[in-house]
Amino acid sequence: MIGIIDYHLNNLRSVQKAFEKVGVQSFVSDTASELQKAERLVLPGVGAFGQAMENIRTLGLHEMLMNHAIAGRPLLGICLGMQLLFTKSYELGEYEGLGLVSGEVKLFPGSVKVPHMGWNQIEIVQQSPILKNVQEKSFVYFVHSYFVEPKENVTLSRTEYGNRFPSIIQQKNIYGIQFHPEKSQATGLQLLKNFSEL
Amino acid sequence: MDKGRVVKGTNFIELVDAGDPVVQAKFYDSEGADELIFLDITASSDNRSTMLDIVRNTAEEVSIPFTIGGGIRTTDDMREMLRSGADKVSINTASVTNPQLISDGAEKFGVQCIVVAIDAKRDVNDNWKVFIHGGRTKTELDVIEWAQQCEQRGAGEIMLTSMDRDGTKDGYDIELLKRVTGAVRIPVIASGGAGNLDHLYQAFAQADVDAVLAASIFHFRQFTIAQAKEFLRSKNILVRT
Repeated sequence: MIGIIDYHLNNLRSVQKAFEKVGVQSFVSDTASELQKAERLVLPGVGAFGQAMENIRTLGLHEMLMNHAIAGRPLLGICLGMQLLFTKSYELGEYEGLGLVSGEVKLFPGSVKVPHMGWNQIEIVQQSPILKNVQEKSFVYFVHSYFVEPKENVTLSRTEYGNRFPSIIQQKNIYGIQFHPEKSQATGLQLLKNFSEL
Repeated sequence: MDKGRVVKGTNFIELVDAGDPVVQAKFYDSEGADELIFLDITASSDNRSTMLDIVRNTAEEVSIPFTIGGGIRTTDDMREMLRSGADKVSINTASVTNPQLISDGAEKFGVQCIVVAIDAKRDVNDNWKVFIHGGRTKTELDVIEWAQQCEQRGAGEIMLTSMDRDGTKDGYDIELLKRVTGAVRIPVIASGGAGNLDHLYQAFAQADVDAVLAASIFHFRQFTIAQAKEFLRSKNILVRT
């Protein structure tokens, strides 16, 4: 069963609906005791980094998330949820993240329009089971102003926007997708399906 | 939309029925549309529950982003629409009467989901004025200056509709679009006047817009979205496959 983490910042229905479309059952919860029963966890996200971390702590979800990750169970961060996996973010200040993946979250350079919003392509740089049946140069839907800069070689795909930023990452059982798979039609659904089968 | 139905007018009047919104949304999603925008032109309070139903049903049916606009006056209205499944909200009249709403919305929900819709009408001497209340009320705001102010206040996108061209199928107001894309750094969506596929191309090529919106040519099945994309691709505009 897939647990979708509700930390009171996001519309979770579209993520749950996308799992439904590929025939995967999921539940939405903001309670650690419920979520820790899930085999796989999804950390979605729209909103600001600092507020998100604060909500995660206030709701008592921080420890549950760390335990889940350390136990080696699959965890998928989507958009802001992916950025939260990292060490630190510079969004509207300086905030500590979950620190599950080493690296920082930075604002796009001034040469491009921010937020990066709309459909853009992924360029696969490293194969992984989560990319099964995902085509090179697929278009996916992005909405974000910040991007991740990992310290280690965790990047599975890159996307060109101002620079070539990581659009999908993986570090063992921890996955991150910078775009919105739930809004990316067939490619997005394929990724969610793959995640449910890892 | 008007009273829960898709409608299309000319210069903001003479509405013609164009079907059930959720059915249309599903059709455009399967046809390859990149995003959808619903604008409720009645936007009365008794219409609110009809709109929320449409948002909920659309969210169930489509897997592309969609924007909802019409009658959004407060951040509570925004929250309601976003929680019901919309990805973005579009504000028009309320952004002018209460510009603070742009910043409040951006702060609460993120700039990415605040679209400011600007209805522009050509005035004397090649300048454009902002109109509100569905085009019924003229304001003294200059469109270019207003667009810049929206950006400063935290708008994530500007949907720029030429009232002079709306529904005429004479092509977008390229001059207007050019002036606005040259003045702001947020994405600008061209709206009002698309009558053939070359018009879509002109907006990208001549006015540097980030997206084009078309209603008439698709609602009445003059062209399919696939045809539009094929055409743009043949002209070397990067479009999603």
